[in-house]
Amino acid sequence: MNPVDLGGLFLHFLILWFLAIGGPSTIFPDIHRYVVDVHHLLTNAEFAEIYTLAQVAPGPNAMYVTMIGWHLAGWLGVAATTIPLLIPATTLTLLVGHLNERYPNAPIGYAIRRGLTPITIGLVFASSTILMRTVNHDWRGYLITLLTVAVVLRKSLNPLWLFAGGALAGILGFV
Amino acid sequence: MEQTETHKPNVSRLALFLAFSRISLSSFGGAIFWARRELIERQRWITEREFIEMFTLGQLLPGPNVLNVTVMFGYRFAGWTGAAAAVAGFLGWPCLVVVGMGILYQHYGTLPQVQQALTGMSSVAAGLLLATVIKLSVVLPRHWRPWLFGALAFVGVGIMRWPLLWVMGALAPWAVVAAWKEQQQ
Repeated sequence: MNPVDLGGLFLHFLILWFLAIGGPSTIFPDIHRYVVDVHHLLTNAEFAEIYTLAQVAPGPNAMYVTMIGWHLAGWLGVAATTIPLLIPATTLTLLVGHLNERYPNAPIGYAIRRGLTPITIGLVFASSTILMRTVNHDWRGYLITLLTVAVVLRKSLNPLWLFAGGALAGILGFV
Repeated sequence: MEQTETHKPNVSRLALFLAFSRISLSSFGGAIFWARRELIERQRWITEREFIEMFTLGQLLPGPNVLNVTVMFGYRFAGWTGAAAAVAGFLGWPCLVVVGMGILYQHYGTLPQVQQALTGMSSVAAGLLLATVIKLSVVLPRHWRPWLFGALAFVGVGIMRWPLLWVMGALAPWAVVAAWKEQQQ
């Protein structure tokens, strides 16, 4: 493996996270380009495997960057890829949160929150259908997805049981 | 911190840390489902509407959406140390788990049984996200305009697969102006 330029990695990730409006998925293609195509730090297969593993780990989906950092350079790598993710949240978001609490009835704040809420709902709906089409290969996958929806909307069962059921269905070869 | 008119429950930093630890450690395949369940249904700290508005702001700001919600939520209830406590709970544990999985991955690679289990769990994760958005959509008023904006955002990103920035750039100004005018009336 090439020696890793951690400073360069840190700076590149920092710039990307400030551009990540709408969430981590918007910068995913560019992280792939930087790590795999430009600097050859990981092969394409390694990148895909690390990404999948991190998706099923608990926590925000963006944590795959932490695993990439660990794979490249241990704890220093974790710091180089994870700290950039925190910086927009701890500067810009804190500022916006402060303004929103300080002036909860500001007309512009109201218009932004009320106006954009329906768009947010449309976007989360879009994410859920994209995810559904990506992970489900045939009708059996869709059946598990729709059963999950029905159970969650009707019962207050802890959904971790649903995950256990999904894992079991996978191991038994149902999906 | 400034006092505002909103009546909000007293939430300690420890409670914030624990709640966001719980959200984070249960968040398989996306955190929004678990954040909604913990903050609205279990703790009853905020309403459906406050949650979706915070999430909307979180989505406008760069970075992981639920991380932005975590920062704003912690700040609302306990100032910047509250934000720090919530973020420590939300990111600390997954960081350790992911490193642990990284160590296992380096030693063992991936087993076929693990891959199959992951496939089944991914289908469940998709269902949780769909159920979350169905529950959240109760905040939309019974008026054609919000539903139109929601539908256009869904079609643009979910069906046409246009870049998010284009879709937001095209829809957001109109949506904000419409809400502004509605408020003036």
